Amino acid sequence: MSSQPLAAIGEAPAETVKRQIEVESHTINFGPQHPAAHGVLRLILEMKGEVVERADPHIGLLHRGTEKLIEYKTYIQALPYFDRLDYVSPMSMEHSFALATERLLGIEAPERAQYIRVLFGELTRILNHLLNVTTFAIDCGAITPALWGFEQRETLLEFYETVSGSHYHANYFRPGGVAKDLPQGLEERIAGWAKQFPAFLKDLEGLLTENRIFKQRTVDIGVMTAEQAMDWGFTGPCLRASGCSWDLRKSQPYDVYDRMEFDIPTGTRGDCYDRYLIRIMEMRESLRIVDQCLKQMKPGPVKVLDNKIVPPQRGEMKRSMEALIHHFKLYTEGYHVPEGATYTVTEAPKGEFGVYLVADGTNKPYRCKIRSPSYALLQATEVLSKGHMLADAVAIIGSLDIVFGEIDR
Amino acid sequence: MAENETAAVQAAPENPLRVLGTAIAAAAGGAVTDVELARGGKELVLRARRDSLLGLMTLLRDDPRFGFEQCVDICGVDWPEKAERFEVVYNLLSLAHNQRVRVIVTTDGNATVPSVAGIWACATWYERETWDMYGVVFAGQTDLRRLLTDYGFEGHPLRKDFPLTGFVEVRYDEELKRVAYGPVQLTQEFRNFDYLSPWEGMSTLPGDEKVHLNRLEGPA
Repeated sequence: MSSQPLAAIGEAPAETVKRQIEVESHTINFGPQHPAAHGVLRLILEMKGEVVERADPHIGLLHRGTEKLIEYKTYIQALPYFDRLDYVSPMSMEHSFALATERLLGIEAPERAQYIRVLFGELTRILNHLLNVTTFAIDCGAITPALWGFEQRETLLEFYETVSGSHYHANYFRPGGVAKDLPQGLEERIAGWAKQFPAFLKDLEGLLTENRIFKQRTVDIGVMTAEQAMDWGFTGPCLRASGCSWDLRKSQPYDVYDRMEFDIPTGTRGDCYDRYLIRIMEMRESLRIVDQCLKQMKPGPVKVLDNKIVPPQRGEMKRSMEALIHHFKLYTEGYHVPEGATYTVTEAPKGEFGVYLVADGTNKPYRCKIRSPSYALLQATEVLSKGHMLADAVAIIGSLDIVFGEIDR
Repeated sequence: MAENETAAVQAAPENPLRVLGTAIAAAAGGAVTDVELARGGKELVLRARRDSLLGLMTLLRDDPRFGFEQCVDICGVDWPEKAERFEVVYNLLSLAHNQRVRVIVTTDGNATVPSVAGIWACATWYERETWDMYGVVFAGQTDLRRLLTDYGFEGHPLRKDFPLTGFVEVRYDEELKRVAYGPVQLTQEFRNFDYLSPWEGMSTLPGDEKVHLNRLEGPA
């Protein structure tokens, strides 16, 4: 903070004390180590008193060169990098890359794999929204939602662990299907969890939705009209909160989303409170999709049968020479993807997550541009927080749902 | 439907993306140099002239037939062996018509590309990133600072001639009491294995052409 010219008290002349109060604009450095910055955001705030005049986000503190690294990896090796992008919704990140590779290869995952992907895509959405809604509540001064929400998240992460062996770095959705079938009993466990979840959501809403403090902090804060939201590249819940009924799962369905029945909640005002409400409602819709997936899923293969793309079964490798060769070739050379380019998108919990994948016919991607939804959201921080108080800037950042893993890449 | 009956002689209805592409090319005058359909006719790609990009983009956004309200992504691609080595790729989305288009312009390291930040507000960061990663200069972009790399970084890391390991690394300097840059030192030589088979790899073996063709023309 720059020093302010204070009325010099010590040398004040005896007769008249001339007080000059000057509200000069000053600059605040918000972050990069700040709990309300949701990661390593460095925000340069130009303040006039307590009002934000200009907000300039400096990003890149978590830049790990993912796109460059992917150019040096085979398609199989590139996939785990996606878990590390938006690390609160790992499987949704994998989804885009798996689909993009499949589209370039010209293959389609078997039905059961598509159901599993949709199922876990929706569990991931709940996982993500739980984190966002509750940490947003922390930013606004409520701590209990986070304590409750993380308990639910833990259960969901255990499902992650059951299928992939890891809480976060799942590497589960693969081009051509998923890595392994669901272990026995998992479907029942998910169904059991889904049964108790609406009650939890009701409790969570009881803490926040009609909470006076929460509403004072969020209603009419950071308003975005639909036109503005489109202009700023908003997608996902933030776009829907502004009143656009746009969801890629409906308008450009992938996997088995076209068989799912669900609604797209939309907001009316486009403020922080609407963005919160949309996420709560989306969790209910996700739960409907989870239920439908569990009901419709039938046993069957979970990967394409082409061993030139998908590794053979472990047991088969012990007996079959061909399987052994396939395995060796896949994990050294990998598969070749025919020349071409695709921009493939999925509706990740934060919005449109796109992968612009350019293949040159070799075993490595020539270029892999990752279009992350929160990148566009964060850019709008300035227009959203201009004229608001400093504390509102915190609420705005919380409501946007930004994660630096995918912004900095 | 009546038109369909008369045109029923035609083998297949024309791809709607092709129709859209031709319409854009016709409306844009000479701005579009090529209309391509990528991925078996599922994605529309327009190659455009750099100098008339702004007119084309304004048309794409404002013409109600096209209505591309959103610019979802701008990125660069580097092809060092080409005369104009950089491609700038714009991925546009129309919510009203539920359609996407990809506009590609090319540039060498020196020629500027007009900035579309006046058309879509979100373009600024994408252009800053493209400048940062590839060194493509956007004319008319008032805020062309680096975005993802460090303050004072030199070079453009996503260029194909920029090594994966980079040129500098940071360490904590005990004397200076701060983080300092130094030339990159690898404890082990950088290994980039060439796994590509010297024979045909996994491309089509003689006699397998049908299998591979079916795979490519099969489901998307």
